[in-house]
Amino acid sequence: MKQPPIIEVHNLTVLYGRKPALWNIDFDLPEKQVIGIMGPNGSGKSTLLKSIMGVVTPTSGFTKVYDQSLNNVRDRVSYVPQRQDIDWDFPASVWEIVAMGRYQKRGLFKKLTTEDQDIITDSLEKVNMLGYAKRQISQLSGGQQQRVFLARAIAQQGDLFLMDEPFAGVDIATEEMIISLLKDMKEAGKTLVIVHHDLHTAQSYFDHLVLLNTRLIASGPTEEVFTDQILTDTYGGKLTTISKISQELENKEFPIRHK
Amino acid sequence: MEFWGHITTFFSAENYTLFVVGIGSGILCFASGVVGTFTYLRKRALIGDVISHSVLPGVAIAFMLTGVKNPVYFLIGAVISGLLAIWIVDYVQAKSKLKPDAILALTLSVFFGLGIVLLTKIQHSGNDAQSGLDSFLFGKAASMSIADVQLFSIIAVINIACILFFLRGFSLVSFDENYARGIGFNVNFLKSFLALLTVLTVAIGVQAVGVVLMAALLITPAAGARFLTNSIRRMLLYAGLFGFLSGVIGVFISYSGTGMPTGPWIVVVLSLFTITAIMLGKQRGVIARIKLRKGNHIKINNENVLKDIYKLADDGQKTIETSILLQQEKYATSELKAILNRLEKQDYLDQVRGFIILSDRGRIAAREVIRKHRLWEIYLSKYFQMQEDHVHDDAEGIEHVITPEIEKHLIKLLERPEIDPHQSEIPYE
Repeated sequence: MKQPPIIEVHNLTVLYGRKPALWNIDFDLPEKQVIGIMGPNGSGKSTLLKSIMGVVTPTSGFTKVYDQSLNNVRDRVSYVPQRQDIDWDFPASVWEIVAMGRYQKRGLFKKLTTEDQDIITDSLEKVNMLGYAKRQISQLSGGQQQRVFLARAIAQQGDLFLMDEPFAGVDIATEEMIISLLKDMKEAGKTLVIVHHDLHTAQSYFDHLVLLNTRLIASGPTEEVFTDQILTDTYGGKLTTISKISQELENKEFPIRHK
Repeated sequence: MEFWGHITTFFSAENYTLFVVGIGSGILCFASGVVGTFTYLRKRALIGDVISHSVLPGVAIAFMLTGVKNPVYFLIGAVISGLLAIWIVDYVQAKSKLKPDAILALTLSVFFGLGIVLLTKIQHSGNDAQSGLDSFLFGKAASMSIADVQLFSIIAVINIACILFFLRGFSLVSFDENYARGIGFNVNFLKSFLALLTVLTVAIGVQAVGVVLMAALLITPAAGARFLTNSIRRMLLYAGLFGFLSGVIGVFISYSGTGMPTGPWIVVVLSLFTITAIMLGKQRGVIARIKLRKGNHIKINNENVLKDIYKLADDGQKTIETSILLQQEKYATSELKAILNRLEKQDYLDQVRGFIILSDRGRIAAREVIRKHRLWEIYLSKYFQMQEDHVHDDAEGIEHVITPEIEKHLIKLLERPEIDPHQSEIPYE
């Protein structure tokens, strides 16, 4: 039986200036799976995740989560932004960062309750970082930073997790920890959407794959999509045409669609 | 003495005006420190400079339109032209291919240039009311009226209150804007509101220090406070206090001498606070780092000498002559003596008439260093294909750095090896 889509991306186009980062992307994602979003550098993976999270505003098209606009179901969606986008020298402790995971529920002003404190403690424990709760974040290694970001997302207590490159630049112990955490979460009925770029691990990590290169190359169960042909289409040189066109749009200031 | 006379006058509040102006200037600078903490954390220091220079044409136009020196009109003019400058920076950045630093530099100089032109025009207009307008360049807090000070202080207090009220939102936006959007915070509102508070703070701050030095009042307190704490709340408090004290002291100095400008004095005092903070900061401070390095140096010397004695004394069992250690020529006589005396004080060894024997504690410490040294050698040769004759020098340095946790990790990783690459035994506990 076919499950209802948890995420629907419909004709999504995102332009940075005049250059398309995503171009007419259209796909659905199934529930309760570990889903990988893959593609070469600059293929729009992060932009796709940001569009779904409402961080980037699409130029045209839309995305739906649980068949609704994100605003109605935000409390069910946990987000892990890219670790490298952040200044880790910010004056904050590990605990304070994970506490941000409760802000979605408590808003701008409400105080965190003891229930929140318990959730924060649990989340830190799940990523083996409870002992570091008071540590200043600038003292963390890359892997530890990633764990803190994961703990923050766990503290949001969503059913759908969107993670931007959680495996980038982490040590093996952290990678293994994240993988086993993902398995537990999947078993608990969560859906995990992960931007990833290591082809070697793709087959073992993901049930479902979305392959991108500015345009959508393929989306489907890993065993169907992870083929030589599709990988060549995604990563091979054949798509230089797309980047040439993008360059043309950018340089000569052509519109992507004439209105 | 004249100087003490000023101080008594100042603090006994006999001179009510000066007292009010001093405290008022302190409050303005407190607000700058607090608001500027976010400017600093968001790496917007240059935007702060743009805003402060760009309020000048607003002030001039306000005067030209009204013909009177009314602080409320000045404030309105300053806020409008400050906001306009921010808007231009954002707009040009979104629409053009100019780099951000170029846009900031251009906006700053265009607004400031226009401000100077307008000021000059006003000065030549023959309007007597204009005298004193040029104090907007370097500030002249000491000449503010009590009514002005009260108005500015109220605005400053409101600014501080707003920052504290929205602390969660402002902190999250400064740390991780994408996440703030992701959890549905109204990031655009928060950013605009913070920008408005910054412009307001600048608009009142320029009354005290002037447009040229205003950016220093925003950024310097935060830069110093960052050295003293890792908590954003404390950072806000320290930055505010630095600002407050500089504001008060600056006004006092400016009052005590004739023709002393307020702004430069406030900034000089502020810089002293910040330099002190940079020196004294517990973790990041210069002195803390010098101490840390010195501590490392002592640790290295201690461990090396213990290791040498251990080896010379047949695994620390025998007594050796101090002169044997000296013959190695690793240390000057006086330095070695100092190290040995230090080690004796800490019960690592005993010295009797030119002889040395390690205590139990000393033997354990020496074995620990040797163990770490050899573990590191094995690690290097196993994981990096380094030749046996190359690993020793590397390990000489790293043996002092390995923490108990890293040692445990190494033992586990290497499966508790028995011998090192040179066939020496690893001395476990």
